[in-house]
Amino acid sequence: MSFPRYLAYLLTMAGVTYLVRAVPLVLIRKKITNVFLKSFLAYIPIAVLSAMTFPGILYSTGSMGSALVGTLGAIILSYLGANLPVVASVACVLVYVTGFFL
Amino acid sequence: MTREEKRKSFLEGIRGGLPIGLGYFPVSFTLGIMSISEGLNWWEATMISLFNMTSAGQFSGLTIMAAGGTLIEMALNQFVINLRYALMSITLSQKVDDSITGGWRFLAAFSNTDEIFAMGMARERPVDRWFWEGLSIPPILGWTLGTAFGALLGSVLPQRLLDAFGIAIYGMFVAIIIPQARKSRAALFTLLLGAALSCCFYYVPLLSRVPAGFSVIICAVAAACLAALLFPVRDEEKGGCA
Repeated sequence: MSFPRYLAYLLTMAGVTYLVRAVPLVLIRKKITNVFLKSFLAYIPIAVLSAMTFPGILYSTGSMGSALVGTLGAIILSYLGANLPVVASVACVLVYVTGFFL
Repeated sequence: MTREEKRKSFLEGIRGGLPIGLGYFPVSFTLGIMSISEGLNWWEATMISLFNMTSAGQFSGLTIMAAGGTLIEMALNQFVINLRYALMSITLSQKVDDSITGGWRFLAAFSNTDEIFAMGMARERPVDRWFWEGLSIPPILGWTLGTAFGALLGSVLPQRLLDAFGIAIYGMFVAIIIPQARKSRAALFTLLLGAALSCCFYYVPLLSRVPAGFSVIICAVAAACLAALLFPVRDEEKGGCA
């Protein structure tokens, strides 16, 4: 790929991604008081992340078996209160080790 | 805020951001490897990560680059896949305090990723500028450096190891949502509903044709709407992640 072509792609990607993030944050200055709207926004983070995680996580490793082991490990660990990098790395290790048995 | 309070806020942010940065590393490492196999060099790959800060969007953008797609296609694709950030920015606009106004909002928007956002919302107090800066720096470094390392070292690592890295980003998502679902029934409900809807878009024949960028938004909006109707949040102080 030529450099100007790469640059055009990069600027398009980064520009669109940035504007999607910046426009609402810059424009919305007032506190939202509507209870429904407030509640809706409160549930958005977990709703987005759960939709992105399931079932995508099962197809993240090249084999459903190892992904399943990693997923269960991650769920149990985070339920027990392990922090973010521990959960992510143990999931990777579980997938790696399971890979030898599949 | 006094100088001491700003410093404390910043350090609190760094502490929250470090695990995200570490979690990002393997994910953007994978992205670096992929960039090389699509014909980019290591610093071209690294620049994409530095300026975009988004996993799904970059993976998808790379495919378009590799296929030689048009710029319109790239713009539309990024808009749809990343539209969820608009929802997050609306939510974040309710959580920031007076130290993030005017020009600072343009800056803060840059690092509003899924994980930084989730961590910011999980804070009991409002998000101030220093906290947000601290929260953003380690992930930006982890994301950018991970890509550079992946691009430079990826070809020497075995496939089995690379496969194992693939689950890292999802492990992070799990680590963010499970503790919330454990604490509140409403959060558990939202999690299960979001996941169930998302599975429908994966497995139900006609629905599975909807592009991933759209389906995430549809699932999230539907799940959050229903949760808001069934479990309205009345607590003024808490806000944030229920």
